[in-house]
Amino acid sequence: MVVVGAVLAALFFVVPLVGLVWRAPWSSSWKVLSSAEARAALRLSLETSVAATALAVVFGVPLAWMQARVSYPGRSIVRAVTLLPMVLPPVVGGVALLLALGRNGLVGQYLDRVGVHLPFHVAGAVVAETFVSMPFLVLTVEAAFRSADQRFEDAARTLGATRFSVFRRVTLPMIRPSLIAGAVLCWARALGEFGATITFAGNSQGKTQTLPLFVYVTLEGANSDAAIVLSLVLVVVSLVVLVSVYRWLGTS
Amino acid sequence: MSVDAHIRVTRGSFSLDVELQVADGEMLAVLGPNGSGKTTLLRTLSGLLAIDHGCISIDGKIVDNPATDTFVPPEERAVGVVFQDYLLFEHLSALDNVAFGLRERGAARSAARERARALLTEVGVDVHQAARPSELSGGQAQRVALARALAIQPTLLLLDEPLAALDVQTRVDTRRHLRAVLARFAGTRILVTHDPIDAFTLADRLLIVEQGRLVQQGRTDEVLNNPRTAYVAELAGVNLYRGRADGGEIHVGSEVIVAADAHAGEVIAIVPPHAVVLHRVRPEGSARNVWPGTIAGIERAGSRVRVRVAGTMSIIAEVTPAAIGALGLIEGSQVWAAVKATEVEVHPA
Repeated sequence: MVVVGAVLAALFFVVPLVGLVWRAPWSSSWKVLSSAEARAALRLSLETSVAATALAVVFGVPLAWMQARVSYPGRSIVRAVTLLPMVLPPVVGGVALLLALGRNGLVGQYLDRVGVHLPFHVAGAVVAETFVSMPFLVLTVEAAFRSADQRFEDAARTLGATRFSVFRRVTLPMIRPSLIAGAVLCWARALGEFGATITFAGNSQGKTQTLPLFVYVTLEGANSDAAIVLSLVLVVVSLVVLVSVYRWLGTS
Repeated sequence: MSVDAHIRVTRGSFSLDVELQVADGEMLAVLGPNGSGKTTLLRTLSGLLAIDHGCISIDGKIVDNPATDTFVPPEERAVGVVFQDYLLFEHLSALDNVAFGLRERGAARSAARERARALLTEVGVDVHQAARPSELSGGQAQRVALARALAIQPTLLLLDEPLAALDVQTRVDTRRHLRAVLARFAGTRILVTHDPIDAFTLADRLLIVEQGRLVQQGRTDEVLNNPRTAYVAELAGVNLYRGRADGGEIHVGSEVIVAADAHAGEVIAIVPPHAVVLHRVRPEGSARNVWPGTIAGIERAGSRVRVRVAGTMSIIAEVTPAAIGALGLIEGSQVWAAVKATEVEVHPA
């Protein structure tokens, strides 16, 4: 019984992929991939997702550390709020970002005055992707901080390391595998981000139109072949990265 | 006085309340059962745990005094620690583990590595400098941990169960080696252990801690000869003889103990009670040590029975209840105690 369930579950994930491959217009795929719009969308997706991952690491690692190591009132509320984007419909996230960081938004009005414009700009796409994907990193890294043996940090303190130095030279190296796994998950999520990006950053071709947006738009239009080919590109890129990173983590 | 401390600290339902003074260059052993607060004591001295009440001064400098809000963090105390399980950093080579403290204290990478290399050679880890900690044997890891703690040139060295993680054979060798390295170290040393043999062979003075309280302290032989608690009496149950070695023979008063290996000079010979075999008539087996005596006491200790044999070589034997019955042993019985030469552990005194 359990095996049947497991097979059905696995099929549930495999069949849609097979559907994509089955319908892929192999003969016209090169033409699709060499189109200027498609290439712009692909490049934008790669750039924004890498930027979002970098932001998530820079801000998410300290957040994960605080959540794991500092006990303060309201910690569980902060945890719930910071993980909310994982379960929230991304469109809702996009609306919230717009209301907070938009031109007339809570914070956005001040950003606007100092010349920082996020909505409907590339930077906005990065912010939207970061918002949705960072929780994956925080969750993974927080668990690692929690389970890391703190006695190694004690040892480093007695050897003369300050708290910050301990963090940099002992704690971070100890959680490195989890940090990489979390960053990859975060990156994969950012690469596929759709709802928050289209709501907050818009769908301007060559500027904020990432690959998922491009796929959606072409599928709506006449050229559904292009949508299928580009979907496959997303699938292959994500799959290669996930498989190779988990392999590497498994062997090291 | 190198260490002068009155430590009171409460953690949950456990409280530690001890006073200790350690003289410059002294080697103190803190002995106690598991959970008695030994490790907590080391944590307060190294600065990893702040005390609730009292005062700690190291080398004449107050490092922790809650009453005046004085607290010197661990990285500013010159206290080296060899941790239980050694806690070597797995992401660094053995060499860089030793260099870690020097780097943190501002040494340049090449200078730190050079000094680390010299220290590793000094503790006898020559060939394994590039190895990761997980590739080292237990004995090697212990030496690397010792070198790492000594690298920062501490005025006080703390050792937390330095031999507990090793198997029996490695432990004997590593103990001898540890003793030699500690003898060269000029600073004050505090060793925490639950193994009386470590304490007897490495320390000048014993401090016994039970349930967070100091129950007895003094010179090793004083404590052993006047046990004040059941735990200390249990420790004293180890057969320990001070004597003069001449090759494989150790002269203890008018008697001689034969050991398997050759030694010279003042030594401590240890005979584990379970290695002592009792006979009603003089045995003719292979045991090299055979001493006559009279049974002075028979006590139950768990599933075993401890038999105290008084004679020119007083000795404690640990035997099964069945053996007591089979030999018909009672207090006052005349017996022969036999010990194989290979069972005699010899340490330089």
